[in-house]
Amino acid sequence: MPNYSWPPMEKRRLMGKRLERLDGLAKSTGRAKYASDFNAPGMLFGEFLTCPHAHARVTSIDISEAEKLPGVTAVRIIAKPGTEIQWAGAELASVAATSEDIARDAVRKIKVGYEVLPHLVKEDDISKAGTRAKAAGETVTGDLEKAFQEADVTHEGNYGIPVITHCCLEPHGQVIEWKGKEINYRPSTQNVTGVGGDLAKSLQLPATDVHVKMDYIGGGFGSKFAADLWGVESAHLSKASGGKPVKMLLDRRTELTIAGVRPSAFAKIKVSAKKDGTLTGWQSDSWATGGFGGGGSPPLPYVFINIPNQKKNHSAISTNTGGVRAWRAPNHQQATYLTCCALEDLAAKLKMDPVELFAKNADFTARPEVYRSQLKKASELMDWGKKWHQRGDSGTGPIKRGLGLAIATWGGGGHNSQCRAVIHPDGAIDIELCSQDLGTGTRTIITQVAAETLGLPMSAINLKIGDNSLPPSGPSGGSTTVGGVSSSTRKATINALEKLYEAVAASLGAKQEELEAVDGRIQVKGQPDKALTWKAACQKLGVKVISEMGQNDQKNPGGLNAQGVGGINMADVEVDTETGIVKMKKFVAVNDCGLVVNPKLAESQIHGGVIMGICSALTEERILDAVTGRVLNADMEFYKLSGIGDIGEIVAYMDISPEHDKRGIVGLGEPSAIAIPAAIANAVANAIGVRVPRIPLTPDRVLAALEGRNA
Amino acid sequence: MQAFEYASPTTVKEAAALLQNKWGEVDVLAGGTDQLTLMKERLATPSKLVNVKGIKELGGISAGKAGFRIGAAVTLDELMENAEVRKNYPSLVAAARGVSSPQIRNMGTVGGDLCQRPRCWYYRNGFGLLGTKDGKSLIPGGENRYHAILGNSGPAYFVSASSLGPALISLGAKVKLVSASGSREVAADKFFVTPQNENSREIALLPNELLTEILIPREATKNATYELRQKEALDWPLVSASVALKMKGSTVASARVVLGHVAPTPWAASQAEQLLAGKSITESVAEEAGKAALASATPLSQNAYKVQLARVAVKRALLAAASGRA
Repeated sequence: MPNYSWPPMEKRRLMGKRLERLDGLAKSTGRAKYASDFNAPGMLFGEFLTCPHAHARVTSIDISEAEKLPGVTAVRIIAKPGTEIQWAGAELASVAATSEDIARDAVRKIKVGYEVLPHLVKEDDISKAGTRAKAAGETVTGDLEKAFQEADVTHEGNYGIPVITHCCLEPHGQVIEWKGKEINYRPSTQNVTGVGGDLAKSLQLPATDVHVKMDYIGGGFGSKFAADLWGVESAHLSKASGGKPVKMLLDRRTELTIAGVRPSAFAKIKVSAKKDGTLTGWQSDSWATGGFGGGGSPPLPYVFINIPNQKKNHSAISTNTGGVRAWRAPNHQQATYLTCCALEDLAAKLKMDPVELFAKNADFTARPEVYRSQLKKASELMDWGKKWHQRGDSGTGPIKRGLGLAIATWGGGGHNSQCRAVIHPDGAIDIELCSQDLGTGTRTIITQVAAETLGLPMSAINLKIGDNSLPPSGPSGGSTTVGGVSSSTRKATINALEKLYEAVAASLGAKQEELEAVDGRIQVKGQPDKALTWKAACQKLGVKVISEMGQNDQKNPGGLNAQGVGGINMADVEVDTETGIVKMKKFVAVNDCGLVVNPKLAESQIHGGVIMGICSALTEERILDAVTGRVLNADMEFYKLSGIGDIGEIVAYMDISPEHDKRGIVGLGEPSAIAIPAAIANAVANAIGVRVPRIPLTPDRVLAALEGRNA
Repeated sequence: MQAFEYASPTTVKEAAALLQNKWGEVDVLAGGTDQLTLMKERLATPSKLVNVKGIKELGGISAGKAGFRIGAAVTLDELMENAEVRKNYPSLVAAARGVSSPQIRNMGTVGGDLCQRPRCWYYRNGFGLLGTKDGKSLIPGGENRYHAILGNSGPAYFVSASSLGPALISLGAKVKLVSASGSREVAADKFFVTPQNENSREIALLPNELLTEILIPREATKNATYELRQKEALDWPLVSASVALKMKGSTVASARVVLGHVAPTPWAASQAEQLLAGKSITESVAEEAGKAALASATPLSQNAYKVQLARVAVKRALLAAASGRA
């Protein structure tokens, strides 16, 4: 078996280099086409009728008036009479028409009768949840009572992090054409390989009938794996309209109401420690909702998993709201928020620097040495030692500065990925795999790996992704893409090279295993004078085309990829204590992710994660009305996201070292987005001297905390 | 959006002739930053839309002896960039700058800012201008964090969305309204009204009238607007305060203090105005004025914080005006 291992750090020409993303220009000039940009002659537009009630039974549905409207080609009932609807925004019927406006007009002509049923849409007060709260059962380790009794200090606090949405800039949807036996499907998806099969299953068709193509996606964050009802309905609408393509993308209100949420998490937490900061006990009573199915169970205590004495209870609350979907590092942002806020409060009570407290307790984590070194690095980049002060000790005057920190961990690893490397006799190279670039730089990374391996420039690689006729790769979730596609690409290109060596060995008077691909040549190892140019070597293939596969071996990745990363985040904030407005000054994110294929893209990934986290910390929440059960801010004006002026300075530091490098490649999408709200909330507490228990840190909450009215 | 007829007149006279006596039949399109949203959401379903951007008379800013005339179709960006406006009315410039996206400032007009509908999320989600369900207001017991803290005894609880309104009132401006049968001038503080039922409007403009220009008297004042919003990027103000001080030496001869985004109309804080007369603006006087301005506030269940924010806005607006930075 060939040696697939990565070239040594010092020998890499392209991997590990700060190369620009290959599709940056296409994206910034608008040449990159997304599902919503796709248009076809005769294309129809699909629309949903959605339910205005949070809980209701459909008693009647009449589509006859809609069907009569000129321009309408199909109307389908989704919720037949008798159907119980569990959240506002749920789909009741779908329409296809020759224009978006006609489709919307048709939707308005559908008459639905409802029996309105009682609903629960808010979960922040568990005492009001009644039977909607389901307890998971108590988990106990050690002797917590004793630990609390013997502790030098204990701290008790309440913390909360709300439901937020993914708020993808490109909404969910697709263009779909079901003509005869074939379905042409252009979705916005994180799962080009699998989404066709998912659609086929719902349509009771063989997966082979569905052809999927997607070049670019405008954000997924975990919410775009399945074909979803909009995919299935669009297919039916297309078929019912004589096979014309149907474009259906959720409008912003529907997108923010039903296309997925991150579950909330609330907890009452008690922690104890010795005088020196060593943690001795943890108790948490937590609850969360992820919609009607309950959902969301943050792993507590987070990272400091081995605190000796623990007692934990968790309840999932079922609410009449749109359902949960994986949200960039499911459960982790919540878990680190609950854990790190409680630990920071404990440190404040001990009058101890939280960096010291975290370092002292690093032995309770799975990777003590990594975290200690990351704490050190982050402190250095933040100038923590100089800038940190005791909680609330932030001078006179209304503007207060403060620092806070939080911790992250994630798995990663490589998903199942197969790659085909094709070498043509004219020297052209196809690299083919059915992966997708979520904007993270997957295209660039695959090309770097292929070009590195083949000893060629990036421009020599013709990369094909985003088409399910290509060799399958896994969905992009769990930060597993870079590990998977890099490994399969490495293997496929090495396998292809072996075939090329075999074809040219004789003409170079050497054995196959004595050859290498360097600087655009196939040569006898270390002997540039005994070489063929890449083109000349390929010409030796005659009419034969080399086509070789490579597959990431998930069980035995062979050092190509790995699992398990960590990160330390630190925030520096400014709080106007007269107004409660929090401004970001600086954010430091230190992350390790094994072998870093492209530090520039990795840092860009961290920037994205940090910005997403700043939104979550300061402004973002889904606001529901208790009486009507409706999402009140399903728009981009009151569902508040930060803009450039709200971000402050971001320092992204990749922990690149031989020790990390030798572990292989690990994904970064998730770990980069975990610890931000916790670090910012801790910085605000440090600045103003009191804990703001719930995020987002809006002026009303900050002022309430300052006035001692902790809601 | 409901299908509509589109007219693009070139004179005020033609435009006024197209308007109707009943709200909702004919709407005016200027920048469209609010109107088109309302139409997409079917909160407005006019059968005819009158585009006024092609009417030259509605443009331009001119400074005469008596004061300034600002055409209703002048964009917020034009207003902010006008040298005379910048020199005389920093308050107006700050208020326009507060409209926090360059795209909206480039498209949105001065007249549109005054005539825009409330941003109340109950209204925008289809529960009517007054936000009711089964005849009962959803707001006092609902999600009212952004709602009124003054003038909120009902039935209206929304806040006036106008950014320029408070500044114009503090500067003693008037607006000119033209109909097919004539024209009238209305003081800016009389232009905004609190609707008493679902079918009335938040402005004194009649459905057959076109807002054509804004007239600001030429009076030397120290003026400033201070706005508080959470984000730098696109966001609505939580509160704002516009102040205009007529000075006698270093003391205030008379003051106008008008709050924005705290009531169904811009809110003249007469208690603060009285307190300021005869005083020099110091930190403590400004703070006292802030307290006086909010003395009669009646916050709802979630918006007591806005009382504090409005006090701070008044204080900071006064300090900015006094120091000449707005």
